[in-house]
Amino acid sequence: MIWDLHCHFSGFGGRTPEEGMAEVIRLGDRMGIERFCIYLGFGREENPSPAQMRTHNDEVLRALDHWRHRAWAFVYLNPNYLDESLREFDRCVKDGPMVGVKLWVAQKASGRALDPIIERAAAMQAVIFQHTWWKTGGNLSGESTPLDVVELAKRHPKTPIICGHTGGNWELGIRAVRGQTNLSVDLAGSDPTNGFVEMAVRELGAERIIWGSDAGGRSLGSQLAKVQGSTVPEAAKKLMLGENLKRMMMPILTAKGFRV
Amino acid sequence: MIDTNVYVSRWPFRRLPGDETAVLVQKLRAAGVVEAWAGSFDAVLHRDMGAVNLRVTEECRKNGNGLLKPVGCVNPMLPDWREDLRRCQERYGMKAIRLHPNYHGYRLEDAVTRELLSAAAERGLFVQIAAQMEDERTQHSLLRVAPVPLQMLPELTKTIQRLRVQVLNHPRPVSWERVYWDFCAVEGVRGLTELLKGSVADSLCFGSYYPFFLWESAALKMKEAGAEGAVLEKLRAGTARVLMGGTGR
Ligand SMILES: [Zn+2]
Repeated sequence: MIWDLHCHFSGFGGRTPEEGMAEVIRLGDRMGIERFCIYLGFGREENPSPAQMRTHNDEVLRALDHWRHRAWAFVYLNPNYLDESLREFDRCVKDGPMVGVKLWVAQKASGRALDPIIERAAAMQAVIFQHTWWKTGGNLSGESTPLDVVELAKRHPKTPIICGHTGGNWELGIRAVRGQTNLSVDLAGSDPTNGFVEMAVRELGAERIIWGSDAGGRSLGSQLAKVQGSTVPEAAKKLMLGENLKRMMMPILTAKGFRV
Repeated sequence: MIDTNVYVSRWPFRRLPGDETAVLVQKLRAAGVVEAWAGSFDAVLHRDMGAVNLRVTEECRKNGNGLLKPVGCVNPMLPDWREDLRRCQERYGMKAIRLHPNYHGYRLEDAVTRELLSAAAERGLFVQIAAQMEDERTQHSLLRVAPVPLQMLPELTKTIQRLRVQVLNHPRPVSWERVYWDFCAVEGVRGLTELLKGSVADSLCFGSYYPFFLWESAALKMKEAGAEGAVLEKLRAGTARVLMGGTGR
């Protein structure tokens, strides 16, 4: 069972969300991926206006439409527009079919503006995904490192939060989140560098590691290789490739009546 | 299957699963690789290139189990680099050399590059150029190295007789005369698929960049692209044989 935590239908080649999503499913079938969590539409606004936020989420809702049995969606929010983000959360998650929150690079995760978003998501046990990178050449001004997510996670110690990309620079990211046990890491969206998964399993335990691809920008193959080609035990691979995500998502999936 | 891009010895910044030659060979053989072109990670930073090339030759002979073909390195910024080139061909019987211009501090535009490539071509050696070793965003902060700019390459292969080049670890292969590529750094869910639609398809060789990358990455990209039949066979070995034999394009 393989579930992809981190997928964007843009980059799969379709001109519409429906076409893009059909490609996601076709290639997912080829690579043995059962389910996808998708977020972000065609745009890549780093600090989206409320209207742009809604456009993203509307495109994702369209993509989801025919594929409720194969894909779930996370709502893209911007803490710089807090009131609008909370309303968008309600529209897409509380009153809509989405099951998680995607936070990107509009504001660092350490910022207090995230707190109401986290609280509202936690109340519904929605999945919380925060992008991070830890770039040798320096991050974007609103881009979090794993240390920013640790600050956030400390303020919400009972809420599971996912540290996106493990910071990219995973030798630093793994160390940063190690002591903050409500944090899981996402394996997606970095080069298929050998040793990543071995270090993560050694330092965090396989239960805190979730596989994702970050396709279409990344190859499903290069990202699957990180786990499938690693030297960790098969049981650990199963946890990372799907079981951990399923466990994290089951409460909200059940509450919303999704069958798994 | 021929793997055109593997390394032995130690990546300077971490130990890698598979950086013991016996483990590397076991992995390659289990995956169906019958021949792998092995450079040495030592070549990236060591200055005693004579020792590097001697060791990679011995390592391939002792522990390569008939599968590893040593690929030497020449750094034209070192004094008397022509002697390293001579040994690669005459003493070690190598068929190829692998260059690291960005880690060795020269550009393809430099006069010495033309001298080196001409000398390699005269000896019948083909030349691998490693365009990058690691994503700049994850490099050690005290050792940041940009990828090799390749604009000059078509001019070099056009004007140097019998020169054959394979670019390794480049994210965007293009169709240039007598230039071959691997696709270990090609990304995107449609990355390899799109390449296979164009004329560059004829110059793509399987190269895993193992053990720095997971070996499975390049292999799964071929599956993702739906490569099969003659197309797959060219990726797996056919084009590498053309490159090695110096025939074709
Ligand atoms: Zn992403």
